Amino acid sequence: MAIFIDENSKVIVQGMTGAEGRKHTARMLAAGTNIVGGVTPGKGGQSVEIGQKELPVFDSVGKAMADTGADTSVIFVPPRFAKAAVVEAIDAEIGLAVVITEGIPVHDSAWFWAHAVAKGNKTRIIGPNCPGIISPGKSNAGIIPADITTAGRIGLVSKSGTLTYQLMYELRDIGFSTAIGIGGDPVVGTTHIDALAAFQEDPETELIVMIGEIGGDAEERAAAFIQQNVTKPVVGYVAGFTAPEGKTMGHAGAIVSGSAGTAAAKKEALEAAGVQVGKTPSETATLARQAL
Amino acid sequence: MDLYEYQAKELFSKHGVPVGPQRVVTNPTDAVAAARILGLPVVIKAQVKTGGRGKAGGVKLARTTDDVTAHAEAILGLDIKGHIVRKVLVTPASEIAGEYYFSFLLDRANRTFLALASAAGGVEIEDNADTLARVPIDPIEGVDLAKARQIAAEAGIPEAAAPTIVRLWKAFVAEEATLVEVNPLVSDSAGEIMALDGKVTLDDNADFRHPGHADFVDTAAEDPLEARAKSKGLNYVKLDGQVGVIGNGAGLVMSTLDVVAYAGEAHGGVKPANFLDIGGGASAEVMANGLEIILSDPDVRSVLVNVFGGITACDAVANGIVQALRFLGKVDKPIVVRLDGNNAEEGRRILEEAALPAVVQIETMDAAAEHAAKLAAGV
Repeated sequence: MAIFIDENSKVIVQGMTGAEGRKHTARMLAAGTNIVGGVTPGKGGQSVEIGQKELPVFDSVGKAMADTGADTSVIFVPPRFAKAAVVEAIDAEIGLAVVITEGIPVHDSAWFWAHAVAKGNKTRIIGPNCPGIISPGKSNAGIIPADITTAGRIGLVSKSGTLTYQLMYELRDIGFSTAIGIGGDPVVGTTHIDALAAFQEDPETELIVMIGEIGGDAEERAAAFIQQNVTKPVVGYVAGFTAPEGKTMGHAGAIVSGSAGTAAAKKEALEAAGVQVGKTPSETATLARQAL
Repeated sequence: MDLYEYQAKELFSKHGVPVGPQRVVTNPTDAVAAARILGLPVVIKAQVKTGGRGKAGGVKLARTTDDVTAHAEAILGLDIKGHIVRKVLVTPASEIAGEYYFSFLLDRANRTFLALASAAGGVEIEDNADTLARVPIDPIEGVDLAKARQIAAEAGIPEAAAPTIVRLWKAFVAEEATLVEVNPLVSDSAGEIMALDGKVTLDDNADFRHPGHADFVDTAAEDPLEARAKSKGLNYVKLDGQVGVIGNGAGLVMSTLDVVAYAGEAHGGVKPANFLDIGGGASAEVMANGLEIILSDPDVRSVLVNVFGGITACDAVANGIVQALRFLGKVDKPIVVRLDGNNAEEGRRILEEAALPAVVQIETMDAAAEHAAKLAAGV
């Protein structure tokens, strides 16, 4: 078990023929991902060799799914064209769309989210502006480096890519069932709560590490969810205590507005829900070890 | 990007939202000239990107030209919550029969848009939260006249405001704003609706579709280091501490700032001097540009380079640091480097062999932050 992706996942890459798509397709293949093809409109019928594997290219997600049985798409399409790519994945009713692209206008994200909801939420969206999701040893859909960690019993959910890597590396001896980067944009498809709910149900996951950062109130809502629904131990970390009000800190969604979205409020909410919150990433790793 | 009130109203006007005449000036003489053109009495309003202007003395009614001079002199240069007033807006004093609050904004929690409206306008939104109607807006369906009437009815504001509400929605969508706020939206005795104030936040990610938005950037008010970093494509935010920070990935850099601040508590309260995310690639050129900006910050007393090699290999980052420092020449501030993750040992060896006098390597993030804080405190 793992959440959202496993050894049975059949993955296509939208934007596979671009530089980023090609590079990361090779990395995903090396991590054992079952990549069955790519989608680049206008290049259907061609094939590309990546990592010694001949991969078919399709004109559309629908065609790729029909021919390969793909159930997961990883999207590396530039911001200008990302909305159309995500909408196409939703319309094809693929089970999971992992949107790696950084810099998608939020009106586009809000639009494709509304579209996914209107279509009955048949497509789980992860991201945008995220590193993707990895179930180590089984499948890797996105850009998370597979070789810094191992398979194991921790489930991790994070807004930040590099903090995900940092914790995966520090806890590599224990290993991870699934690690999921939900993205640093103000509107993301899969939330902390979605991942927490899935980890709670996943028999392979014994402990959950949750990483948050300033902006919005996703962590506060996750804290309320944990209190009500999560019986597994949860260890948390929140970044951005020193962030000044009104400044965007790298991620489009990482901004303290007035007194809302502060790291202190998030930490407090998590602690009130019984989550141990580390002061630094390393201390968080230590807390996770102790909790197991 | 947040806009000034006068810019927000220019944008409203472009989309047919009535705003009334206005003049933006930077000195009292021009304020008097503007008042003569607009006709007394006028209101002089500080142009700052923060709330609470009225309470801070940044909004004044002027009945005479002497008033205009006195108020403009008093308001220009005023410090409102750390924002220095460099421009004032001059507008004719309006006859007000009713004051309302209205906004469209991004509702992150529900991943949709939201209309907020209240019949009690003109005061801080926090003060009239219980009178606020909250109406979710489907991004695909948008706001038509019927929806606008529904919002107005729920908030108890005149139905005559509905066409203006539709135009505000058009402005919100067409300009790709994450916030369009009017407080107050007013009606006069004839029932005419007008936006007496305006607050707009634009989505920077959408800039590629809006080349005109670049004109809204107030380069004079930008921090010079931030402006220089932006021109080099760096993701940099100036802070008020002494430890310069470079890292890869927004989350890791935010975390690094926090860890530096914690470490600094034991070293005279030194704090991080900046946020700088050099992203995944961490090429020598980006590293050189980043180090150059940070080392030119007079507040910086030590530098912490914190890189976790995920996709980026640490040997490439180490080579980047070596090349960057050769390029920059003599460096008189200590640089603490922490490399971990992918190819970390090779990266550390490269830095070791380069024997750069300014560079100290520390293997863990917490210890590296501690050392950088200690160096900044001069202990």
